[in-house]
Amino acid sequence: MISFKMPSLGADMEDGTLAEWRKQPGDKLTRGEIIADVETQKGLIEIEFFGEGILEKHLVSEGQKVPVGTVIALINQEDESEESPVVEIPPSSWEAPIPSSEKLSVSESKVSTPVRASVERIKISPLAKKMAEVNQVDVSVIQGTGPEGAIVKEDIERFLSSREKPEVTPPSSKIEIPEQSRPSVPHHESIRMAVAAAMSRSHREIPQYYLEKRVDMSKALDWLKEANKERPIQKRLLPVALLIKAVAKALDEVPDLNAVWENGLQRMNEIHIGFVVSLRSGGIMVPAILNADVKTVDEIMETLNDLIPRTRAFKLRSSELSQSTFTITNMGDGGADKVFGIVYPPQVGIVGFGEIREEAVVEQGMIGIRPVMDVTLAADHRATDGLIGGKFLAALNKHLQNPESL
Amino acid sequence: MTEEELVGVVFELLRRIAPETDPRALHPEENIRQALNIDSFDALQFIVAISEKLQVDIPEEDYGKTANLKSLIAYLNQRINK
Repeated sequence: MISFKMPSLGADMEDGTLAEWRKQPGDKLTRGEIIADVETQKGLIEIEFFGEGILEKHLVSEGQKVPVGTVIALINQEDESEESPVVEIPPSSWEAPIPSSEKLSVSESKVSTPVRASVERIKISPLAKKMAEVNQVDVSVIQGTGPEGAIVKEDIERFLSSREKPEVTPPSSKIEIPEQSRPSVPHHESIRMAVAAAMSRSHREIPQYYLEKRVDMSKALDWLKEANKERPIQKRLLPVALLIKAVAKALDEVPDLNAVWENGLQRMNEIHIGFVVSLRSGGIMVPAILNADVKTVDEIMETLNDLIPRTRAFKLRSSELSQSTFTITNMGDGGADKVFGIVYPPQVGIVGFGEIREEAVVEQGMIGIRPVMDVTLAADHRATDGLIGGKFLAALNKHLQNPESL
Repeated sequence: MTEEELVGVVFELLRRIAPETDPRALHPEENIRQALNIDSFDALQFIVAISEKLQVDIPEEDYGKTANLKSLIAYLNQRINK
């Protein structure tokens, strides 16, 4: 049996509301199928399942908001004999396992709620926590009866029924979780706050170092100009497609930067490039260009043509929001000369591309006017150091000087 | 196609890309992308949309002529009604 959990769609996501189950108990699941739609701060996201099996049971009902990591469904793998359930089903049908205290304190650090200060370091199930929040219960005065003394649903119910309260409280047998207004388009403030939370974590936890290199873009732009002459207007390439491919190839050479920091450096086998997309309403989103190293420049451009409009319409899939192994932020034209990224945890590096502009460049004792671009790297000093970062920028430069082989 | 009709098409496509803006407020010689906050990706989408709507090819070396309303309309007028 597989416990299917509420996925984390980035370091900035704390919880998600199950908007709709797309698969029902008994349904067969194949790799990559969408199992549910989840409402997050980043919009309504299609949650994919990367395995095979039969959906056994929903553990979370539609409209319910649960923290990241909560088991939301049980999935039976087909080759599994019936008597080998690996995962224990919680006694109460839709009660989730207790998150670790570390996770709890992270999920509690959000906007002020009446119970905020007292919840830290208290073991409580996500459902009980939600009930406590809804009913403004100070959980520090409740004795938990769940595993390891954790506060569970029954404890909150008992407390509520014993609490003297003249005004109406929700009936204790049925928990009313306020229905979200379910906006399919999230407010830009909420997106900004989600990004800010991830960036604050980055500044708090990651010792970052910064490098910068000026790259001569003449060859890359000449190559693009020629390439675009042969292409119909719908297939034309933007410089960023070339930049993404060059980054993917450079990461292939310097794999320590294509990694995550989770109890140490973990190199990732596949290269998924997160690409910062600014939203017209304000804020940014970072969808991933999956397997960018094995895509051609044309395929990367096709991916962008699909991905950017979907990002701006808040229609992304879970894999596109959760699997990035490295990030690119690109100023494009009309922007700043340089951009210094902030590492997006748990990744260990981010590259920033400034605006391409003409500058006087000295080469072999001669001054020429060339299109140049300032490239910056911010990286996690726990994972790599300036030597590796410098190697990466040199590799990136080398690939941009040989665009025909990208 | 008259110049007025061309302007109508351009405004409609600009509204699709930058829905919260009003292209009618554009000054004829103002840079469209800067005024409506259109990035390089959306700028390309805009040119593709014009090309498809008006059935006209816009080579990359002519992108510069699409920078402001005055030059864009003059360019399209010349490409379509030549």
